[in-house]
Amino acid sequence: MSLSARKKTLELRARILKTMRAFFDARGYMEVETPVRVETPAMEEHIDAEASGDHWLRTSPELHMKRMVCAGYERIYQIGPCFRRGESGARHRPEYTMLEWYRAGATYRDLEIETHELLRAVCETAGQTEFMGVDLSAEPVRYTVRDAFWLWAGWDPVEAFDEDRFDLDLVEKVEPRLAEFPVPVILTDFPAARAALARLKEGAEGAAPVAERWELYLAGMELANAYTELTDAAEQRARFEACGRARAERGQEVYPLDEEFLTALEKGMPACAGIALGVDRLMMILAETGSIMDVRSF
Amino acid sequence: MYTTSDLRKGLKIEIDGDPYVITDFQFVKPGKGQALYRCKLKNILTGSTMDRTYRSADKVGKPDLMQREMVYSYPEGDHFVFMDDSTYEQVTVDKDVIGDMKYFLTEDMPVKVLFFNDVAIDLEMPNFVEKEITETEPGARGDTATNVTKPAKVDNGYEIHVPLFIKEGDWVRIDTRTGEYADRISKK
Repeated sequence: MSLSARKKTLELRARILKTMRAFFDARGYMEVETPVRVETPAMEEHIDAEASGDHWLRTSPELHMKRMVCAGYERIYQIGPCFRRGESGARHRPEYTMLEWYRAGATYRDLEIETHELLRAVCETAGQTEFMGVDLSAEPVRYTVRDAFWLWAGWDPVEAFDEDRFDLDLVEKVEPRLAEFPVPVILTDFPAARAALARLKEGAEGAAPVAERWELYLAGMELANAYTELTDAAEQRARFEACGRARAERGQEVYPLDEEFLTALEKGMPACAGIALGVDRLMMILAETGSIMDVRSF
Repeated sequence: MYTTSDLRKGLKIEIDGDPYVITDFQFVKPGKGQALYRCKLKNILTGSTMDRTYRSADKVGKPDLMQREMVYSYPEGDHFVFMDDSTYEQVTVDKDVIGDMKYFLTEDMPVKVLFFNDVAIDLEMPNFVEKEITETEPGARGDTATNVTKPAKVDNGYEIHVPLFIKEGDWVRIDTRTGEYADRISKK
C-alpha cells in the first residue's frame, strides 16, 4: 500500500493518539519523556537491543519510567518509539511505537479494567466497536495460562516449564484458539520462568508460584503486556543476573546491569502496576490489516 | 546447513532426506518468548505440504540440489535421455518426472534439469512449443469465434482444444505449463 493510500489509516492513527492522551490526562496521569538512547537496555532473555554509538536504543522505556515512579511520580504514561534488533515480520518492525503507563498503588488486575476502558474510548473515536470480528468494547474473557494450556495443548507449563514446548505450543496451539473469540482475551498468570519483571504470587497450597502478568489478545494477536511490578531490589538483581547467564549461554550479548535503576529500587518503589501496549498492533486491528506496514507512515 | 536467518519464501531445504520448498514464511515472537519462524513447506518430490516451526537456534538441512542446462536427445524404454551440450555427458530421466511434458519434447530442445542427490527430479522446458495439427473436424463456415473450441490432435497424438477456425495442417503454440492451446502461428 502506497504512502498516499495509507492516508485514511494515518489520520485515524493521529486521532487515536489524541484519544490516548485525553484518556490518561483525564485520569490524572502525566505524560513523560524518557531517554530513547540509553546507557544500557532493560535486559530480557529474548530481546536484542540496537547499538547507537557507545549507547543503545531503548527496547522499552520501562526502567526509566520506574525510576520516575520511585521518585514519586505516581501516574505516568509515555507514547514513543522503541527498537528491537532483528525483529521484522508482518507484526514486527525493528522500530515501533509503544504506549506504556504506570500507576502506583495498583495491581495487574486494576490494569485489566483500565485497559478495557481505554479500548472503549478507542472505539468511540473510531466510530465502531467491531474490528476483525472482535467487539473491542466488550469485557474481555480471562484464561489463566495454565487453563489455556490444559485446554488446548494438553499440559501444565506452570508445574513443569519447558521453554521450547511453551513457545511452540503458544504459537501453534493456544494463539489460534484465542483468535476465535469475538471479544478481547486476557491470558493471565504466567509461569514463574516467564515472569520477566512481574511480581510472583504464591499458588494454592504446595502449588508452583505464578507471575502477576497478563497479555491482551485481539483476534489472536498479542497486543499488550501488564505486570504487578516487582519492587524487591534483591530479587530484581537476581533475575537480571540469571537473564544475563542465559543470554551468555546462548552466545547472545550480555548488557551491563542498570545500576541506577537498581539503586532507585533499593531506596524503595511503591507497589505499582505497569503495562505496555503496541500502538501499531492496535492500529492493525482498527485498520483491519494483517501487515504492520499498512499502519505506519514509513 | 542453513541457519534460521537464511529462511525465506522460495528457499529449498531438506527434511528427513526429502527436498522441500518454503511456500510461506512468517516471523513470530510470543510475548517475552523466543523468535520463531513458521514455515509452510511443499515436498518437491511428492507435492505434499506441511507446516514446520523453527527456533532461532535451529539448523535447517540444505538439500544437494543442482540445476543443469541440457538438451533432449531421445526416449529409451521408461526413460528419456538428455545430454549436456558442453561435456556430451548423457543422463536419463524417469518418465514419471517428465509426465505430460513428454508430448512437448522435441529433439535438441534446451531444458533445465533439476537434480537432487544427483538424481533428476524435475524438468523445466520452454514455456511454449510449436506443434502441427494433424487431426481435427472442420469448423463451421465463417465461424471465427475464439471462445468456442473443438478437440484436435497434434503429430504425437496429444489432444488439445483449439478454436473452431483451426484446420488440419495449421501450426499452433501450446503453453507447456498448462498444456493448453495458446495461439495460431504462420509456418511455411
